[in-house]
Amino acid sequence: MKQLDLVIAGFGGQGILSAGKLLAYAGMLEGKHVSWLPSYGPEMRGGTANCSIVISDEPIGSPIIDYPNALIAMNGPSLEKFEKKIVKGGFIITNSSLVEGRSMRTDVEFIGVPATEMASDMGNLTYANIIILGKLLGKTGIVKKESFEAALKKVLPEKKHYMIPDEMKALVMGHDI
Amino acid sequence: MAEKLLMKGNEVIAEAALRAGCRHYFGYPITPQTEVAHYMAKVMPKVNGTFIQAESEVAAINMVYGAAAAGARVLTSSSSPGVSLKQEGISYIAGAELPAVLVNIVRCGPGLGGIQAAQCDYFQACKGGGHGDYKNIVLAPSSVQELYELTVHAFNLADKYRMLAMILGDGMLGQMMEAVEFKDKEEIYSADKDWACTGTKMQRESNDITSIYIQPEVLEGLNRKLQAKYRQVEQNEAMVETYNCDNAEIIVTAYGTVARIIKNVIKMAENEGIRVGLIRPITLYPFPAAAYEKYAETPEAFLSVELSAGQMVEDVRLAVNGKCPVHFYGRTGGVIPSQIEILNEIKKILNK
Repeated sequence: MKQLDLVIAGFGGQGILSAGKLLAYAGMLEGKHVSWLPSYGPEMRGGTANCSIVISDEPIGSPIIDYPNALIAMNGPSLEKFEKKIVKGGFIITNSSLVEGRSMRTDVEFIGVPATEMASDMGNLTYANIIILGKLLGKTGIVKKESFEAALKKVLPEKKHYMIPDEMKALVMGHDI
Repeated sequence: MAEKLLMKGNEVIAEAALRAGCRHYFGYPITPQTEVAHYMAKVMPKVNGTFIQAESEVAAINMVYGAAAAGARVLTSSSSPGVSLKQEGISYIAGAELPAVLVNIVRCGPGLGGIQAAQCDYFQACKGGGHGDYKNIVLAPSSVQELYELTVHAFNLADKYRMLAMILGDGMLGQMMEAVEFKDKEEIYSADKDWACTGTKMQRESNDITSIYIQPEVLEGLNRKLQAKYRQVEQNEAMVETYNCDNAEIIVTAYGTVARIIKNVIKMAENEGIRVGLIRPITLYPFPAAAYEKYAETPEAFLSVELSAGQMVEDVRLAVNGKCPVHFYGRTGGVIPSQIEILNEIKKILNK
């Protein structure tokens, strides 16, 4: 994949912004050009959160994504809000534990991952975002698993590094599903 | 070069200021630039610096005046309504010829407005804002890396000319994360601040920092001196990026984050066989008029795209000086124009 133009969206608290940050960091560690643009403003308060991530082999023009080729929708309202924007031939990954039904779009690939259930089986609901990212990595190869692990080490504060093995387990689960 | 880091624009401003030797920050929180203060609050105590969350923007800018008068490198940051409150202090800083750096992460107005990205404070930044015949140096970065480099540059320019240098960004630039590569060592302009109020120790005449001159002839003298200084700045310090301008059918001009949208538009236009150039002012004051003069007779038209109702376009028209039609396209209120919207505007102008 030459350029990933990804929107990640969900409820505030689902780890939307940090998932995007980890992905962008991993891309940067591989020497790719990256940008991470959060939604900020009134919509963040108790509602939905989203961020736009570009990972590219070429220098990035605008960090604003008019034409995403990928969407991660962690809840129903996010799918509804962003599915219209995905370019033909792009793909949508949803958290099928929380998103009922499928996309209205027939010209994009639709992938459901029961991320919340899987995370619950692991005993930690907060891994749902990592499981979904695992699926994205498995599907696109946009960054390597090793780079993601390196990104975790950079982004997480030292005192949370004990979580990295479990985070990687979650990533691999999503990757291989 | 050290390792690449992924950082938020606002944090990079603070880190750049520290690297430029700034050890004094005074501010009052306002979205979307509060991370500058967060970062300073964390780091300043560790480097024996001063961080003060002032009781208001007016207090903060006057603390800046005081620190600058004592010869310190000093920073304040705010967003549009907060910068309006600082205008009196900014004018005083200009009158007293004090070096200082101010960051305005612009939000949409007028009034309390909204917190989304805008470029509606171009006039305020470049044409005065406060009272009196004065200028600020105004720098307009368009990436996080440039935010770093221009913040350091702002401190150097401020010291070199004893002026206020302003970073004019928007919420997108402040909130976004991109890779940034810090230099091992910054180039610091070393100014001999023998004018500063540092205490005479009874060994020299006292220095006097003021902007009050009751005698008309004396005050006119100060104004002449300021204007001569501004001409120097105009001659020496303009910065601009030109892209794809040779043989362009139309030259779009934009600064900051908007210029990045234009780069995507240029690619889209290329696919349709339309040659679009870009002139991106990096300094808004001094305005890089020479770049426009150079290309004034190349294209069929110029188009200024702004997140405003039309502000920079006035300087573009002055620079092009009637040699070519200058059009304007802007969105306001925090709305960001889409690439297709801008491309359609280009086609409309070129009758394509």
